[in-house]
Amino acid sequence: MPTIKSIDDLKRIREEALKKQEMKSASGQKQIIVGMGTCGIAAGARDTMKAILEKIEKDNLSGIIVTQTGCIGVCEMEPIVQVQIGDGPKVTYGKVSKDIAARIVDEHVLAGNIVKEHMVNI
Amino acid sequence: MKSVRSMVLVSSDPVSMERGAAQVYENLKTEIETLGLSDEISLSMIGDVGRHDALPFVIIYPEATIYGPVKPENAQYLVEEHLYKGRVVPELQASHKELTGKIAWVNARKGTLPAEQRIVLQRVGIIDPENIEEYIINDGYQALGKVLSEMSPRDVIEEVKSSGLRGRGGAGFPTGLKWGFVSGTPAKKKYVICNGDESEPGTFKDRLILEGDPHSIIEAMSIAAYAVGANEGFIYIRGEYLLAQERLKKAIKQAYDYGILGEKIFGSDFNFDIHVHSGAGAYICGEETALIESIEGKRGEPRARPPYPTTHGLWGKPTLVNNVETLANIPAILRNGGKWYRSFGTPSSPGTKVYTILGNVNVTGLIEVPMGITLREVIAIYAKGMKRDVSFKVAQTGGSSGSIIPASLQDTPMDFDSFQNAGVSLGSGALLICDENTCVLDLAKVLQNFFKKESCGKCNPCRIGNERAYQILENISQGTGTMQDLDDLAMISKNLFELSNCGLGQTAGSPIRDILNHYRAEVEAHIRLKVCPSGVCPMSGKRL
Repeated sequence: MPTIKSIDDLKRIREEALKKQEMKSASGQKQIIVGMGTCGIAAGARDTMKAILEKIEKDNLSGIIVTQTGCIGVCEMEPIVQVQIGDGPKVTYGKVSKDIAARIVDEHVLAGNIVKEHMVNI
Repeated sequence: MKSVRSMVLVSSDPVSMERGAAQVYENLKTEIETLGLSDEISLSMIGDVGRHDALPFVIIYPEATIYGPVKPENAQYLVEEHLYKGRVVPELQASHKELTGKIAWVNARKGTLPAEQRIVLQRVGIIDPENIEEYIINDGYQALGKVLSEMSPRDVIEEVKSSGLRGRGGAGFPTGLKWGFVSGTPAKKKYVICNGDESEPGTFKDRLILEGDPHSIIEAMSIAAYAVGANEGFIYIRGEYLLAQERLKKAIKQAYDYGILGEKIFGSDFNFDIHVHSGAGAYICGEETALIESIEGKRGEPRARPPYPTTHGLWGKPTLVNNVETLANIPAILRNGGKWYRSFGTPSSPGTKVYTILGNVNVTGLIEVPMGITLREVIAIYAKGMKRDVSFKVAQTGGSSGSIIPASLQDTPMDFDSFQNAGVSLGSGALLICDENTCVLDLAKVLQNFFKKESCGKCNPCRIGNERAYQILENISQGTGTMQDLDDLAMISKNLFELSNCGLGQTAGSPIRDILNHYRAEVEAHIRLKVCPSGVCPMSGKRL
């Protein structure tokens, strides 16, 4: 565990973390981000998250990172799922049910085609 | 109100009217109709825009272009060029000069609408809140590092003062001043408290910050503690916010592991510890002295003030109490400077404000926009219009303790001073937007019921006044009210304001005062005609 004792330590940790992040995106890392604020959870984000994890386990997929984040401000459209492949743009999906989540994994994350009808413009 | 691609506003103060604003409006309307744009463009007359050198003004959103003085014969060209072809007409634009009020705000935006300005929510929804590394990547803890190694406590307070930041909990007290009070009180032990007991109905901004970016609160509290000379902090979180508590506890643990909390932070002599304290569901504990009582383990009842918490707070020691959103502004201010912060918002209320939008609108959620935006803009741009195109009637700001804002005030800039001048208050940032089908009496009844239930009962005006006010409102809604009831309501409202012990009672009179001020005719219809104009109230003829 790194301990921060000065500004230089903070800078070093920041650079190391940045490098780690850049390496991930440079290697074409696939990232699925689920909005897990209370609004998202109330709208069923836990189920969506579970569906994504189950899908990944069932199909034995690798190289996909699933993370969570807070509310992005469009509570109307929760549960929200964002997909980022490599250092490409982040694509945001709204009202993602279990089925739509599985479709997003199949069509966008694996095949690289954006699921247009569930996309949200924010 | 429909969702439109563009909004056209025409100033209609007396001088504008004299110079033909009404004709400008008519010509614009005809021209917009001729070109078949009526469905996508809204046209409204607004009152005084706060600038008088080039009247009448025409303001066009989303570019926020200001034209003036506009003559009736300019209307055709303006519509063709700006609205049809999408080109700004420079020769009609108002000259740039020292600006005030609404216009100053529009000018500051420089055509950035409808983009939001995120300072407080910079990282919310982008980083993983349970991972400290992501916070550090996104400029996290740099302000704390800078403060501890380069600045004296006095410098920090001066920087916060120069930013003009005002408390975001509802009252709008200047933050730098409060810090100065605590710092100036000599004592060995001082405390910093983060007020996260966000119990206003409809407000959930603090929850989003705590859930989405918990480290920013830890950083801000550490900076505040250094500035005022405290070494222990409490975060008081509403009992219902389990996820926020969980994430904050995780974040605090990570901060200890990284040496950002604890002893000799950043190699300096500054030590700081943070505890999380859960509330138990009482609205009154959002009041700072009741909150302090609650942390001390007593019943959550407000203390008599003065002495203020800045001198006699937690366990009798000087205590700084700040709202979550206020604190979330601090790291950005110290990273970029107070001058930078002043470039947002209006001169008297700099910075941004987080609003939670709810009610009869198409898109609910939260936004962070510069201070000084108007309700009309919030509804048309961020909320994408009213549901089913029913027209806007009334808004309720800031949970229960805000104000009832009639449609006539929808062009008043939402900042502390403009709202105060208009006799309403900004509250904590919830915007409940109601359409024509809402009965104001019913709305007031709901709010009064809330205050009745949440009153702690310590002082008589609040305990008895709220109960009695609710009974009277209930009677009127049942069709058994009398005209005497209106005088009684006005008296109760006045007593609540003047005699109550704390903020709860002092704001509990505002729903009655606001409906009597703005909607007296509608309330009288309930009494004189025994009719609820909106068809909401039961009118069953039973009296309590």
